[in-house]
Amino acid sequence: MAVGTSYGLEPQFTLSDEIFRDRQICVTDCYQCAKCSAGCPLTFAMDRLPHEIIRLAGLGQTDLVLDSNTIWVCSACETCTTRCPNDIDIAGVMDYLKERAVRTGRPVPQPQVLAFHRAFLDDIRLTGGRLHEPLLMGLYLLRSGQGLKKLQTGALKEDLQLGLKMFRKGRLSLKPPRQLQQLGALAKLWHTP
Amino acid sequence: MKVSYYPGCSLEHSARDYQESISAVAALLNIDLTEIPDWNCCGATAAHSIDAHLALTLAARNLIQAEALGQDVVVPCALCFNRLKVAEHTLVHQQSALPEMNYQGVIKIWDLLDYLTQPPLLDQIQAKIVRPLRGLRTVCYYGCVVARPPKITQRPDYENPTNMDTLVKRLGGNPYPWSYKTDCCGAGFTISRPDIIDTLVQKLYDRALEAGAECIVVSCQMCQANLDIPQERISRQTGKSYYLPVLYFTELIGLALGHPEVTTWLNRHFVDPLPLLQRRGLL
Repeated sequence: MAVGTSYGLEPQFTLSDEIFRDRQICVTDCYQCAKCSAGCPLTFAMDRLPHEIIRLAGLGQTDLVLDSNTIWVCSACETCTTRCPNDIDIAGVMDYLKERAVRTGRPVPQPQVLAFHRAFLDDIRLTGGRLHEPLLMGLYLLRSGQGLKKLQTGALKEDLQLGLKMFRKGRLSLKPPRQLQQLGALAKLWHTP
Repeated sequence: MKVSYYPGCSLEHSARDYQESISAVAALLNIDLTEIPDWNCCGATAAHSIDAHLALTLAARNLIQAEALGQDVVVPCALCFNRLKVAEHTLVHQQSALPEMNYQGVIKIWDLLDYLTQPPLLDQIQAKIVRPLRGLRTVCYYGCVVARPPKITQRPDYENPTNMDTLVKRLGGNPYPWSYKTDCCGAGFTISRPDIIDTLVQKLYDRALEAGAECIVVSCQMCQANLDIPQERISRQTGKSYYLPVLYFTELIGLALGHPEVTTWLNRHFVDPLPLLQRRGLL
């Protein structure tokens, strides 16, 4: 695998082939018009622009794309995918790369974002099918390590005040959601082939 | 009129105001919403970000439950709608991806706004107006993934949807044109990256005010939460005192049709819409 910080390396096509095999998305169709980056509302939070990620993926620069903030701060608003003149599902590539980073156990550059996704999936598994929002918040604070950090900075108090306000407005209930009747069928959904 | 209904998790709690206004409007229009039995979470952003297979199976199970009822299904949340549509697309066009799931694809998946703005329903709504919105100045903000990507959502007007604007106009309001109808509010970053929400949402406030709006109308509970809940914080951080109530389109229908519980729904908001509506003589 070619690895480096400059763009002038020997291209490798393993990554693009794998993206095509697993998601039927052809990143090598990209001709770098940068329409995706022009329309992306999240570029202010990214370290590489979306069209750069697509190019680097096409060139097999696995480490560069997997270590980028960009794939984690993409909000999946689908503007890029919608506007790509070459029909590349760019937001789909961002998802593919996130999942690949997680599956290979790589440290991710936005651990709090990953902690949130994991807390969310843990939540619906624990409750038996439906999201319980207060539990999600608790799991996230634990998983991300933000709980302790927020306790030290006093931000936890602000979170609790917000929670209390939501509770008073009837928008938060400590009672967990009703468990699904077909719990067995639900558990099977987690089985990845 | 009978139709199946997939509420989605947040409508049970944090978006209770949306749920209450939907139930009320459905009753006013004689729409019988049948909740899909034993529905589960669609997996939302978390599943499609880190577990593509789970994202499909979670959404697909709901479709199979819905199909068993044999009625079209209406979805009020933009992301739930999108995830169900993605699963439909896969189940119908790429069945090998989910061989264990059997779905015929004969029912239609509706976004709630699309459903309620079908011409006959719009006529019915207009005929029942008792309190026209007296030119209430709004911008309409459509959840991004209801429209995008069009290959999945099958919407022709994905860059410039207009049905919410049409509805507001028919209710007697004044929907202002703006270019941010389908821009992103930051969606699921509410908890993990609130700084991203603040940047995106402040831009939306500024553009809405620039367009001349005194409130924002939404059809997605995630948009509502992201625009409503942090408004005080964003005002504090920027030294500006934003006041832009964020109303569900169903709340506006309830208001125009004179539903007695409108204030109960509105009292659940963080940015209190009552001062604006009282000033405009609507409450």
